[in-house]
Amino acid sequence: MEKENQRCETLYKRVVNAAKEAIKEAETSVPSWVKSKIKKSIDEEKEVASNQLNNILKNINIASEKNKPLCQDTGIPIFFLRIGTEFPVNFPLRSAFEDAMELATEEIPLRPSIVNPFNRKNSGNNVGDKVPILNTEIVEGSNSFEITAFPKGAGSENLSKQWMLLPDEVNDIDSYIVDAVDKAGGKPCPPLILGIGIGGSFDYSTNLAKKALIGEPNTSDGCIGSLEDQILAKVNSLGIGPMGIGGKTTCLGVSIETASCHTASLPVALNIQCWASRTATKVLEV
Amino acid sequence: MDEKEDIINQDEDNGFHSLKTPLNVEDIEGLTAGDLVKVTGDLFTARDAAHKRFLECQDTKFELSSGIIYHCGPLVKELQGDYKDKKWELVAAGPTTSARMSKFVPPLLEKYNIKAIMGKGGLNNSAIKAMIENKCIYISVTGGCASLVAEHINEVKGVCWQELGMPEAVWDLKVKNLPATIAIDLKGQTLYRN
Repeated sequence: MEKENQRCETLYKRVVNAAKEAIKEAETSVPSWVKSKIKKSIDEEKEVASNQLNNILKNINIASEKNKPLCQDTGIPIFFLRIGTEFPVNFPLRSAFEDAMELATEEIPLRPSIVNPFNRKNSGNNVGDKVPILNTEIVEGSNSFEITAFPKGAGSENLSKQWMLLPDEVNDIDSYIVDAVDKAGGKPCPPLILGIGIGGSFDYSTNLAKKALIGEPNTSDGCIGSLEDQILAKVNSLGIGPMGIGGKTTCLGVSIETASCHTASLPVALNIQCWASRTATKVLEV
Repeated sequence: MDEKEDIINQDEDNGFHSLKTPLNVEDIEGLTAGDLVKVTGDLFTARDAAHKRFLECQDTKFELSSGIIYHCGPLVKELQGDYKDKKWELVAAGPTTSARMSKFVPPLLEKYNIKAIMGKGGLNNSAIKAMIENKCIYISVTGGCASLVAEHINEVKGVCWQELGMPEAVWDLKVKNLPATIAIDLKGQTLYRN
């Protein structure tokens, strides 16, 4: 019995540590494709816009050299968990992620940004009612526990949108997306990455849109891939530019996730991400 | 020369105008939207909750007109132990979305003699109108570049209304040669598509 308790304790600590490390990596670095897409855009821009892109590259280098957060808005903590049916979750799961956030807030450090929605009182440790947000998926037959940290800043999250379109509006999806980005202008910190969820239900489309933001954009095949490229081209012809002060680089990439939906509906969600695509994954095995 | 100085001095005199607080109308009237500037002096951070308090006539303890209003919720670390007079370390301090503060700009400029507001994403048309009337410019800092801004902040001089939480409190930050862009000038010319 004592041995069993020790095993749970060790597993608990491993999960806390892996979650904390995932948050740290996400907060202090961006995937290499972000850097290469920004570098590629610099030559195409005039002085004021290219200046913004150069500042972003400088900032990415300083953050990774000094292990500091890329952005002072260290976001609302969100985790995507893929839990194998052979992985023994015999410990308090939520408490592990609360501990991880409390430690990360102190050690990295992170800005405490989580408040009560009514009286706006800040909890001080990035833990709150149902926060961190945990999205769990069970993976049949696997013995691993995959943790993807996805801290999300409010500047871009605030401009995200969801539509319940009519079934025959499927060819208009791109214009809804382009219109939303046009109205958002410089507010969500362009250059942006657009995560789009098509299908499912009202709530599931938004979940797909967020998941679409994990990994490199514009990598889908077939007609989904064509739609991603088409939206990217249209958004970049809006002229919003880096930080909304004009230019060609409004968007770095578009990524679409889909699901089947009800015959009477066409749910579409757009999750807007600023240039600071912050995700990191850690995998534990037993 | 330490690492910090090195970063600060990069691009020096490379087409940048120098802007030092306290600002007078003469300091800003020659600037046009699109001009690159390096900002030196006092920044007072202020977001939604702080603006509400400014307008409710609560005492800020800071002379707001002596510095620049910076739309920012910084990440500040409280130092433990003996750091001489230093109480805070600035970790990250990029701009927040200014549009949320648009509605506060007209009454704020009526009340305080503020000559520059700094943030990201721009302000709405009624805010710009108030800025033309009260002779105030808007400066854009590259969004998300919190570590870059932190390299240019030499000191956290003080804080007011900490009970609002770290992001919403008013922080007095001493900045040196922060690279930024004039995004709305005294004529109301803007780089944004308002």
